[in-house]
Amino acid sequence: MSVLIFAELDEGALKKSSLEAIYYGSKVAALTGTSTTAIVLGEGNADELAKAGRFGATKVLHASDAQLNEGNAMAYASVVAEAANQEGADVIVLAKSSLADSMAARLAGKLKAGLAANVIELPDVSSGFRVKRSIFTGKAFAFTELTAEKKILAIKKNTITPEETEATATVEAFKPALNDTDFAVKVTNVEKATGDILLPEADLVVSAGRGLKGPENWGIVEDLAKALHAATACSKPVSDLDWRPHHEHVGQTGIKISPNLYIACGISGAIQHLAGVNSSKVIVVINKDPEAPFFKSADYGIVGDVFEVLPRLTKAVQEL
Amino acid sequence: MKILVCVTSVPDTITKITLTDNNTKLNKAGVQFITGPYDDYALSRAVELKEQLGGTVTVLNVGESDADPVIRKCLAIGADDAIRVNAEPTDAYFVAEQIAAIAKENSYDLILMGRESIDYNGGQVHGIVGEMLGLPSISPVMKLAVEGTTAKITREIEGGHEELEAGLPLVLGCQEPIAEWKIPNMRGIMSARTKPLKVVEATGKDTLTHITNYELPPARGACKMIPASEAETLIKLLRTEAKVI
Ligand SMILES: Cc1cc2nc3c(=O)[nH]c(=O)nc-3n(C[C@H](O)[C@H](O)[C@H](O)COP(=O)(O)OP(=O)(O)OC[C@H]3O[C@@H](n4cnc5c(N)ncnc54)[C@H](O)[C@@H]3O)c2cc1C
Ligand SMILES: Cc1cc2nc3c(=O)[nH]c(=O)nc-3n(C[C@H](O)[C@H](O)[C@H](O)COP(=O)(O)OP(=O)(O)OC[C@H]3O[C@@H](n4cnc5c(N)ncnc54)[C@H](O)[C@@H]3O)c2cc1C
Repeated sequence: MSVLIFAELDEGALKKSSLEAIYYGSKVAALTGTSTTAIVLGEGNADELAKAGRFGATKVLHASDAQLNEGNAMAYASVVAEAANQEGADVIVLAKSSLADSMAARLAGKLKAGLAANVIELPDVSSGFRVKRSIFTGKAFAFTELTAEKKILAIKKNTITPEETEATATVEAFKPALNDTDFAVKVTNVEKATGDILLPEADLVVSAGRGLKGPENWGIVEDLAKALHAATACSKPVSDLDWRPHHEHVGQTGIKISPNLYIACGISGAIQHLAGVNSSKVIVVINKDPEAPFFKSADYGIVGDVFEVLPRLTKAVQEL
Repeated sequence: MKILVCVTSVPDTITKITLTDNNTKLNKAGVQFITGPYDDYALSRAVELKEQLGGTVTVLNVGESDADPVIRKCLAIGADDAIRVNAEPTDAYFVAEQIAAIAKENSYDLILMGRESIDYNGGQVHGIVGEMLGLPSISPVMKLAVEGTTAKITREIEGGHEELEAGLPLVLGCQEPIAEWKIPNMRGIMSARTKPLKVVEATGKDTLTHITNYELPPARGACKMIPASEAETLIKLLRTEAKVI
């Protein structure tokens, strides 16, 4: 018996959110008296696999087949299902991500597992298995009983603060049966910003809206983001107008994030925007209109012109 | 081209969520229900593909009769007919079973859904249905073109997007900018009244999850205002007080 964690590689490194998932999984294993196995797919080096041990895995299954280097949700689901069966894992944990979400949905179908998305706390296993998850894009929480034998928990970023130890995990090669039908979807091209901090993974986010007036003004946003080592985000009209790429759009119809810090510049704070960012730990709003609704949902606010305030903030960060 | 579009009836995005019955139910009083915004994108693209390639668009909802206004609106936007599986949609696996059962009877070329429901945010029904039907599922889809029996798809990934090709039939979870939301016109609204809406009973009753109660997030404390002339103070507070940088 074990808790199985799907740990995701990005450019050869275990994602930060996956380390959080491994740590979370080890806590679930402690609660249920089982062990913690992480499964890693695609080529990855020994250092990265060892990291899984330091964050709580006692065993790492490594499916290193090069065919798995590209994140393919269907093939990944088959491999994780096979691993879950081998390990007798009733609980599967993963961190929400573009790939993990698609993988988890297929896996739920394969294993007939109850899938709880956006889990934000450790489960309550005192009687049954109950999780707290965020619903209505953060506007409410639902306590959900998972009644099936198999359970999949997709955790939201910042659900738990992982602790790194000196522990080591045994690493085992895992050779799953790969099935042609799982490769029926052909990837013809991938366009991905390299070297940037991925928005869903970022601890700090600097975001801007229509108040910036045009794409040519994004330099001041990027400068602050760079000084803070933050990711950049934007409101929906900004991506609709093609001022910024769509994968930066946060909110009800965009990416949902829960970083430690969200700085909103020239964004009014419409309810649909808030829906994607309201679970950020600390929210800062900079807006020239003192009546902007966003101030009601913020922890810190500056009423001012972004064109004056942002360069000053950047300078202050550089001088820290 | 036979397209099935699965739609949810969900509280409007501007809804303030409140609870009743000792926090065991969402309070529906005064709440305006709309088609899930992602489902709306899926429907709009389906109608465009029908206009371009011919064929039919069927709308499917698993829900009770209070979803009928949303279904009629989908018909007004351009779907040809609708099916409602008459059941309370309390669990994603159960919903997926209903959709898969309808799909098996009708062999659609495309089954379009939203990337996720905006109420329970599961993002799973398309994957489970794909699995049940033995078809590929892809989500979140930003662009969809059909050439013969091949679909060309742009899928959003973290930090970018990927271009994909797959043979039909397929199950897709859609998001913007796959199409512009369509607003029904008068002719659409009139004709929607007479378009067929078939109500069928549910098959199976497997549920794997059960919501026991709800909670609302705690309110944020008061916003600390910093004068623009002292903007630098913010950075100090973020380090020493909030401890996030
Ligand atoms: C179904 C639905 C889904 C939606 N989903 C999303 C979503 O996912 N994400 C999203 O963001 N929106 C979403 N929206 C749109 C949302 O309702 C708002 O229209 C949008 O968030 C507004 O974007 P904005 O704040 O950038 O622009 P605006 O509302 O135009 O606000 C601009 C702000 O900038 C301020 N400003 C102007 N100049 C300056 C300056 N020099 N210095 C400082 N401040 C300045 C103004 O005071 C104003 O508050 C959705 C809407 C619907 C109907
Ligand atoms: C009274 C009540 C009780 C509920 N109790 C539970 C519970 O205990 N556990 C739980 O997990 N959920 C519960 N739900 C929510 C219900 O499961 C969801 O609304 C839906 O069944 C799937 O949720 P999802 O967020 O996973 O969908 P997603 O996977 O996010 O939906 C993706 C897409 O699938 C399609 N789709 C989803 N639902 C439907 C539908 N009903 N009809 C047609 N197409 C659909 C849409 O295209 C949608 O965009 C309850 C809902 C109600 C009203």
